[in-house]
Amino acid sequence: METGLSVLIGLFFAVSVYLMLSRQLVRILLGIAILGNAVNLLIFTAGRLTRQVPPLIPEHLYTLVEATANPLPQALVLTAIVISFSFFAFLLVLAFRAYQELGTDDANEMRVAEPEDDPLPPQGY
Amino acid sequence: MRTIIFRTIAPYLTALMILFSIFVLLRGHNEPGGGFIGGLIAASALAIYGIACGVTSVRRAIRVHPMSLAAFGLLIATLAGLPSLFFKQTFMTTQFITLHAFGTEIDLMTPMLFDLGVYFVVVGAISSIALALEERESD
Amino acid sequence: MAGSSEHSVDLSHAMITAPVSAADWLVIAPTLVTILGGTLALMARKNTAAQPKIGMIFLSLLVIVNVGLLMRVLDHGVITMVMGNWLPPFGIAFTADALGASLSLIASIVAWCAGLYGLVTVDGTGRRYGFYPFLLLLLTGVSGAFLTGDIFNLYVWFEVLLISSYGLLVLGNDRAQLDGTVKYGILNLIGTNLFLIATGLLYGNFGTLNMADIAMKVAAMDAGGSVGPLATIAGIYLLAFAMKAAAFPVNFWLPASYHTPNIVVSAVFAGLLTKVGVYALIRIFVLILPGARDYMADVISLIAIATMITGGLGALAQAEVRRLLGYLVIVGIGAMLAGIAVGSTQGIAGSIFYAVHSIIVMTALYMAAGIMKLMGGSYQLRQLGALYGLNPYFGGLFLVLAFAVSGLPPFSGFWPKMMLVEASLVDGRGWLAFAILFSGFLSTLAVGRVWIFAFWRGGAEGTPDGATTVRLAPAPEVTSPALWLPLLLLTGLVIYIGLQPDAMVQLVQRGAEGVIDPSAYVRSVFGEH
Repeated sequence: METGLSVLIGLFFAVSVYLMLSRQLVRILLGIAILGNAVNLLIFTAGRLTRQVPPLIPEHLYTLVEATANPLPQALVLTAIVISFSFFAFLLVLAFRAYQELGTDDANEMRVAEPEDDPLPPQGY
Repeated sequence: MRTIIFRTIAPYLTALMILFSIFVLLRGHNEPGGGFIGGLIAASALAIYGIACGVTSVRRAIRVHPMSLAAFGLLIATLAGLPSLFFKQTFMTTQFITLHAFGTEIDLMTPMLFDLGVYFVVVGAISSIALALEERESD
Repeated sequence: MAGSSEHSVDLSHAMITAPVSAADWLVIAPTLVTILGGTLALMARKNTAAQPKIGMIFLSLLVIVNVGLLMRVLDHGVITMVMGNWLPPFGIAFTADALGASLSLIASIVAWCAGLYGLVTVDGTGRRYGFYPFLLLLLTGVSGAFLTGDIFNLYVWFEVLLISSYGLLVLGNDRAQLDGTVKYGILNLIGTNLFLIATGLLYGNFGTLNMADIAMKVAAMDAGGSVGPLATIAGIYLLAFAMKAAAFPVNFWLPASYHTPNIVVSAVFAGLLTKVGVYALIRIFVLILPGARDYMADVISLIAIATMITGGLGALAQAEVRRLLGYLVIVGIGAMLAGIAVGSTQGIAGSIFYAVHSIIVMTALYMAAGIMKLMGGSYQLRQLGALYGLNPYFGGLFLVLAFAVSGLPPFSGFWPKMMLVEASLVDGRGWLAFAILFSGFLSTLAVGRVWIFAFWRGGAEGTPDGATTVRLAPAPEVTSPALWLPLLLLTGLVIYIGLQPDAMVQLVQRGAEGVIDPSAYVRSVFGEH
């Protein structure tokens, strides 16, 4: 089970890196979204997989009676999902605004902050 | 999108969804549910109202800016951690209080206040994004 | 819940039963104060008159609680507070040691200065967009990162400061800002994702996220003699924090974005954000994974050399003051990495000292650049001139900062550089020592040129020596004390640390010993065993 998921995670990473190497902002953002999912899967798998034993304590007891699935990675993944979701939403709006203002979504053509014809510093008095 | 059927139903649907979101929020006390999903349901209720009746009417209906709502939620979620200072315990330690009212016991605890804060944060943040996107669509 | 007393459960295995003194709350007070202030300011966003008041009240409170926290840490040693009364490693721990507490204090002082400076440079629109709320929430993230004792929690604080920094960066919404924010935003998000990957792998290996717990388990594993998967994890951490700290091959987002926002935002960013990355490197490489640091010392040292040299050369090639200062930030990062590469007590102490110095001096330099713009009307070196004739005191003050940033005595940059050079020579890394000194030389040339062109020359480019061709018409707000007070305060700190370094040296020595020998840190979290 872990092996299968590891392969899947590797695939996710490969796809996300491929997309992030692109020049189009939208593709980069999609790459980031996939990267976030890859990381979530990775954390989930790193916490070891246990099937069909939910970490629930029976009503009359105060401790777990048997080895159960690890609930902590799920809490971590939930946190990471919420964070990456909000960041993705923000970056999407930002990229859209940038596209509207700068008229391009090509990272190579975004040279407003660092203009290509930037003058050299003064060489003498 | 703004058919007459949708516009007629949307206010009732919104009211029902917000009621349901509060139910989910309170259910999270002991059973599956809680502030996060409750907040999502309430935010989608506002989004539906926005699609049907326009963003300005949603903004008028909730009176304050959604970001202020989110800030308020963050504030009370933080405040929920503070009472334990007076019991010589660490930050965010759960405090219980049991009220007797109307002939039944009501357990009140600080995590519920925290959950209420989460509810407002989610409603505020999600609906501010949703409303901003809907506004853009219309112009 | 109500009936739990009927069953006999021994809670003392899972929960803290001893009462916690209110003074321990100082550990989380910086985050609490800023989060409360930030939310209040955000709720009153439309009230532009109340914004600065809320901001300054809570920033002053922040400085006060940070002073209290540092004093308590110096008196009592490392202090820990675990959230929700759960015993570590179950509860999330906040642990303040000398390193975290002193950086948190310096950060709050810088933020206070920025809040004051922002009274003048941030207009009503900027306030409505939320300058003060975002500044306070940024400080929530920064102080949370400095004080947390849990590695996943560190990730969360990184995200808090990242989202607030996005808010500050787009404040004003002009084209260059959107351009800069896209690059800053995407690359920093990738950086935090790398951090999360490494954290996931670390959790998979040790089953815990508490830094003290991991440090203990790693020490036990290192004693067994296997570096094993830790080297991979450390490599990913190095890449992630190098991105955050703007170290050489992954630092091009910094000069692309730091000059775009409002000058006071640039000042805060230059002071605080990259240093949080350096702090995380020190925390993880020295406290948690010392074995992996030894293993990667040569790589870190190469990165440090490349960062310093490219930063210095980049600064020389700039015609715009703010972009030039951005490259000087990078030079400083290289020097801090040099200390981590050496790894001895003196090296780490030098890094921490340099971080403190760099926080103060870079913020002050950006603030000075803002005043130069108000006086001379431009950030371009080709157009600036005659500022010395307008205000010679300001010229002297800029010269002090210029000396400090290049590491010349008798100002604050000299002592950490001396410690770093000595530590690298003792460690047998001559090239590292050379790079530190050479980058200091390059920085001197760069800032010296700013001074000559902007202050000494009589006007814009082409003015002959000794002549004054322009009559400057400074903007009216340049006389406002809110601009000068923070700059004077920070410059005063630079001079004071330069002349009286003893207290600072002791503090950073203590901070460095605290991370190199984690026993006090571990004891504070887990109690006496």
